[in-house]
Amino acid sequence: MTMPLSKKIVFYSLLIISALAVFAPALMAFVMSFMDNKDIMTGSLPKSLSFDNYLKAFEQFPLLKYLFNSLIVSVVITIGQLILSSLAAYAFVFLEFKGRDILFFLFIATMMVPFEASIIPNFHIIRDLNWIDQYPGLTVPFFATAFGTFLLRQNFKQIPKELREASQIVGMGDFKFYLKVVLPVAKTSLVTLGAYGFLTSWNMYLWPLLSTTNDTVRTVQIGLKQLQTQEQLNDWGVIMSGAIIVIIPTLILLFLGQKQLQKGLTEGAIK
Amino acid sequence: MGYIELMDISKSYNKQRNVLNGIDLQIEKGEFFVLVGPSGSGKSTLLRMIAGLEEISGGTLKISEKIVNHLPPKDRNLSMVFQNYALYPHLTVEQNILFGLNAQKVDREIQQKRLEETAQMMGLNELLKRKPRELSGGQRQRVALARAVVSEAPLCLMDEPLSNLDAKLRANMRIEIRRLQKRLGLTMVYVTHDQVEAMTMGDRIMVLNDGIIQQVGEPIDLYNKPSNLFVATFIGSPKMNLGKAILEDSNLIIENVLTIPFEHLEMPKNLKSRNLVIGIRAEHMPYGDENQQVQNVEIVNVEHLGNETLISFEVGTELWTAKWLGQWLIQVGDKVPVHISVENMCFFDEDTGNLIQEATFTHKQEVVRR
Repeated sequence: MTMPLSKKIVFYSLLIISALAVFAPALMAFVMSFMDNKDIMTGSLPKSLSFDNYLKAFEQFPLLKYLFNSLIVSVVITIGQLILSSLAAYAFVFLEFKGRDILFFLFIATMMVPFEASIIPNFHIIRDLNWIDQYPGLTVPFFATAFGTFLLRQNFKQIPKELREASQIVGMGDFKFYLKVVLPVAKTSLVTLGAYGFLTSWNMYLWPLLSTTNDTVRTVQIGLKQLQTQEQLNDWGVIMSGAIIVIIPTLILLFLGQKQLQKGLTEGAIK
Repeated sequence: MGYIELMDISKSYNKQRNVLNGIDLQIEKGEFFVLVGPSGSGKSTLLRMIAGLEEISGGTLKISEKIVNHLPPKDRNLSMVFQNYALYPHLTVEQNILFGLNAQKVDREIQQKRLEETAQMMGLNELLKRKPRELSGGQRQRVALARAVVSEAPLCLMDEPLSNLDAKLRANMRIEIRRLQKRLGLTMVYVTHDQVEAMTMGDRIMVLNDGIIQQVGEPIDLYNKPSNLFVATFIGSPKMNLGKAILEDSNLIIENVLTIPFEHLEMPKNLKSRNLVIGIRAEHMPYGDENQQVQNVEIVNVEHLGNETLISFEVGTELWTAKWLGQWLIQVGDKVPVHISVENMCFFDEDTGNLIQEATFTHKQEVVRR
């Protein structure tokens, strides 16, 4: 698309301004994480920059432990979601049974129930299973997602049904077809769903707070909160350095995922 | 006994209207059998029922004398080529060809041997490492064929395999498929909506319309002796010219416009006093010379094909087309003499549409048999 230079300049300056506005809090946090407390409190420009806050964050709190917990929880949730959603989506696309579409709509309707509404029953269940303060309690309730199933179903539907028929003729069963054809062909949306699932579970706050009572399995988001409340006077520099550490994995994943996504999108479809 | 036998096969969805009705058919071993019909005629459904991808609502299906109604596709020992080729986009050509053999757990060495033979035969040697998206339409088509060949199944089903190719490539592939079938001695059931494909490839053709068999026979027979008006207009290009006609005295009056004398021919008794539709092929209406009985017609369109010329003119409400050999430099609006003879006409019953009497002329000439 070509546009006159004057228009371009206007557009780009508007874009830059709004980008700065959106990014300002993160930028501030980043700068604050290198400043000492006095500078932060007086609101002056930093006189000296140091890594002290980062060292303190690791020394004062079991940040590594939190990070590790978060990683475990996020990875397990992601894998669980991928497996369950893709299997369910396969059934909704390739298996024919009575009432399939009605069942699917019911399934989709659960997307409208907010997670907060199901927190109490979920909590009861994991308490009865003695899963409080355990990884299963943190992860299993999130395995089944209507959104993931919906996303994958739409993607699977684009796989020509002739592929299934061709595999039927050579005598390939459903599960093998799912493994050998459907999953590789739908790789792109699996990556999308995986990235999405990982990010949401990494940023999860309410449920880990409820289902944990001590530091053994607590995730990093709760840890961050603890940074804030343990002292009378908040050590903002430390808190910000903690926050920066927490968003690093997210950023890495976004960059990697984006590359994968673009690669997947440019891949040609059948015919 | 045929290799494939269909006995009173019918198909309906949700117990409603039948899409296929009372199909009785035998397909011989090693035969190239073409199912042809307009879209929605049920030809693909029939093929898919033979393949086992579609349930059979009624009747019996036998393959090599075994009832296979409820057998899953893999136990019917057949291969199938789909319209969109159904190549696995994430696999290379080699993996695509071997996909079926892998699924059937065929020995590695045998796989390699068959792959080499097939790749050689189909000219795919250079393409084995490529993905389907890096292939042209014709090459994809060949991979799909190779997949059918490598399975070594004696029966091959094809569902409009050429409809995604351009005209030139299609003509090539027609010959290639035909040669392949003869060479391997395959029994082929081939579905198409293109009557040219049907005519040029089939040993026998079945014309299907609205789920009912219209006619089964050799291509030439269908062309010369169409058993009803549907077949008459469906087979042959340009299509057979039709016109309502009645017998009056010893003349045949077509669309109240053309009067054709029976001349020396004896008037068949079964044509008298009924409403007729006559059909005449484009090539049977040559330029009329002086000592012939001619009709003068006004040309409404001329198509030059190079070796022949198509001339269209109006007969009552119908538009007729004559095919003349060679190049005729004539203009729209010219009046030309056309020789139209009763002996080239097929007679159909107007009410039922069925053939009453075929063209007598074809017996004398046209079909050259050796």
